[in-house]
Amino acid sequence: MKDKKPKSVFKEGAITSEFIGNSIYKHQTKTSIGAHNIFLGQVRADEIDGKKVSAIEYTAYEDMANQKFHEIRESAFEKFNLTCMHIYHSLGTVKAGEICLFVFVSSPRRKVVFEALEYIVEAIKADVPVFGKEIFEDESHQWKVNS
Amino acid sequence: MQITIKYFGQLTEITHIEEESIAFSGTYIKELLETLYRKYNTLKTKDFQVAQNQELVSFETKLTGADIALLPPFAGG
Repeated sequence: MKDKKPKSVFKEGAITSEFIGNSIYKHQTKTSIGAHNIFLGQVRADEIDGKKVSAIEYTAYEDMANQKFHEIRESAFEKFNLTCMHIYHSLGTVKAGEICLFVFVSSPRRKVVFEALEYIVEAIKADVPVFGKEIFEDESHQWKVNS
Repeated sequence: MQITIKYFGQLTEITHIEEESIAFSGTYIKELLETLYRKYNTLKTKDFQVAQNQELVSFETKLTGADIALLPPFAGG
C-alpha cells in the first residue's frame, strides 16, 4: 500500500492563533528545517449592497475534499523538496476576522517554501469542494464563489 | 440502477434535501440531469459541476457510478 489513507484536514469552527502557534512550536525538534512559510486565510467583512458579511458558514463534500487535499499533498511533495506540510480548513461558522484556512510548509531552504505555498493554496481554492455561505449582519445570506 | 445523488451549498436551497436515492435507467449523466431538472425546476438555472465517484466529470460522461454529487462553485479558503 503506497498511499496512506487521507487524514481529515477539517476542523469545526475557526482555527485559533493558539493552534497555529503550537504547530510552529512542534517543529522546533525538526532541525533539518531552515524555512517555514505559512498561509492564513481570514474571513473578510465584505460589504455588498450596503450589507456587511459577519461570518461564513462552511460546508464540504467531505469525502471528496479529503481525497483532493490528499492529492494536493502528494503532488506538492513530488514537485517541491518539502520536509513537511500541514493543511487545516474550517467547517461550520467562522466569524469575520477569524482564520478559516491554515497552510504550513517547511523545507531546508527558503525558495522552495515560497513556491510550494502558492501552489498549494491555489490548488485548494480551485479543486477542493468546499462551499461558503456568507452571512450578513441582518442574517440574510449569499453564496461565496472563489475568484 | 439505483443512484445516490448528493446536493451541496446553494443547490440544497432548491432541493431541500442533501441526499436522495433514485431508480434510473438512462446511460449518460446529462440524462440523469434532465430527470432532476423535471423534479427541481430552477436547478437548470444554477451553475454546478458533477462528480461521479468523487471525480469531476462532463455531462456527456456515461453514468458508471452509483455515487453522484452536484457541486456548486467552490469557495474554500
